[in-house]
Amino acid sequence: MSEIALSVRGLCKSFGSLVVASDITLNVPAGARYALIGPNGAGKTTLINLITGMLRPNAGRIVLDGADITGLAPEQRARRGLVRTFQINALFPHLTALESVTLAVCERTRAVRTFWRKLSAYKHEIDEAYDILAALSLTAVCYRPTRELAYGQQRLLEIALAMAARPKVLLLDEPAAGVPREDSAELFKAIAGLSREITVLFIEHDMELVFRFASRVIVLVGGRVLVDGTPHEIASDPRVRSVYLGRAMGKVAHG
Amino acid sequence: MTSDSTQLTEGLLHRQSRTSEAHDYLQAQSRWRWPEIVFWLATLLPFVVVPSYLVLAAQIAITALFALSLDLILGFCGIVSLGHAAFFGIGAYAAGLLSKGGFGEPLAGLAIAGLAAGVFGYATSFIIARFRHLALIMLTLGIALLLQEIANSASWLTGGSDGLQGVHTWPIFGRFRFDLYGYTAYTYSLALLFVVFLFARRLIHSPFGLALRGIRENAVRMPAIGASTRGHIRTVYTIAAAIAGIAGALLTQTTETVSLEVLSFQRSADVLVMLILGGTGRLYGGLIGAAVYMIARDQFSGLNPQYWYFWIGLILIAVVMLLPNGILGGLSLLVRRREKP
Repeated sequence: MSEIALSVRGLCKSFGSLVVASDITLNVPAGARYALIGPNGAGKTTLINLITGMLRPNAGRIVLDGADITGLAPEQRARRGLVRTFQINALFPHLTALESVTLAVCERTRAVRTFWRKLSAYKHEIDEAYDILAALSLTAVCYRPTRELAYGQQRLLEIALAMAARPKVLLLDEPAAGVPREDSAELFKAIAGLSREITVLFIEHDMELVFRFASRVIVLVGGRVLVDGTPHEIASDPRVRSVYLGRAMGKVAHG
Repeated sequence: MTSDSTQLTEGLLHRQSRTSEAHDYLQAQSRWRWPEIVFWLATLLPFVVVPSYLVLAAQIAITALFALSLDLILGFCGIVSLGHAAFFGIGAYAAGLLSKGGFGEPLAGLAIAGLAAGVFGYATSFIIARFRHLALIMLTLGIALLLQEIANSASWLTGGSDGLQGVHTWPIFGRFRFDLYGYTAYTYSLALLFVVFLFARRLIHSPFGLALRGIRENAVRMPAIGASTRGHIRTVYTIAAAIAGIAGALLTQTTETVSLEVLSFQRSADVLVMLILGGTGRLYGGLIGAAVYMIARDQFSGLNPQYWYFWIGLILIAVVMLLPNGILGGLSLLVRRREKP
């Protein structure tokens, strides 16, 4: 029905004899909310690293908005709107939240190329950064260094940095990792509130969140796509139950 | 409807006042602070207090400029260089050869020397930007060693180990001659240091400067926000090389000689020591480190000409153990403690 925003075709990657991605094919339509699930070591983060160019595949192609981006460097992909967040906070500890997001905006507008004008002269960039922080309720702490922010706020800042790059396709690697369960729903509300023009693919372990926020779920096991279906199909699929849900559901319930 | 529109304007005004707070905050980051003004006023003291030491003062200003250039790459994006003298030396020889060739105009000499060092910096930046950490130390060291040996073997051009003779610097603006007491030399070097410092200060408070801080904080994260880390490193490396070249040219012009020492490992190591002593990533660290190091060297070598490195070693150990962020880091910690009782 709608256009495919991100397409992964026959992606393979192995480290020596260890196969971490084996013939992975996915098609994510524009504006969709897809979840990527699978047991630990299934290759979820590896897949995101491959899609964003932080790892090079041995075979296969990655297509963004109809253009083959397999050969592009990570920053070139980010500039085309393929943006990710990290499972483990990868922020700028001594920059304030405002500086961090302003930096990301300046990278997008290419303002970073100028070294003869003051940063404070870039009013549009600063306004945009401030608005992104406001949308994620971070303005109260935006003058504090990142390392002083609460953990949940740092997770939000991860998303703020990604938003500053104006993503077309957003890959979220366990956005709520390490956040207490009651707060992770809040975080996902922020994600659900993102513009429908943004295509989202997220990794998440909490099945309740997955079923609530994803329109479609991809189950990855041992570097392969096991099933790709609606949350309803996934929940009732016997293969998923046997290899994944039966084992993981119990773990998630108290985690 | 009217109440709706007033609400809307109020909302807009509210947002405006809050974003202007963000503008003010970033504006305040680049405001001049009183210790800076005190520092620059203090640089004028040698004229009044120790006029017999103006030759040393000029050397300090030149070395401070060299240390400032290293701070741009080490302090602001974590490139540890043990071969920064390569650019200093290129600038020194460029200015020397130019003058020997019959063109001793000082300001044009500085520009050409800066350009020469900048071009070499740009060429090597393609290698530098691909590596980090230990590999960088070896690469920068290797490049500087190569250059020194080339200068050594090309003695028809450089004078080899005898040094380049016959350098003569014309008066500045055709009026101010270089005198024996270093009056012109210090005025000239200090003015240059100040001008380049203003440039560097603007650079670190620019969007590009913010990107450099981003690289220092988390180079791995930068590509994920669309940043070309390598491109940024190439730019700043080129700028730092050009500044180091200007410093080298200043040394040539004020001393009217060039020796192979300008390219030496010792010079690269000394400037690194000065910067770490003063504190990296603060712009002033290199300036203060250069002053402390060179005054200490002058005093200690007066006391005991043979063993003065003993005292330098002692100072270095004390500073690194007691003040991990250098002299400036220690000072700013003191100030912060006094502000927050």
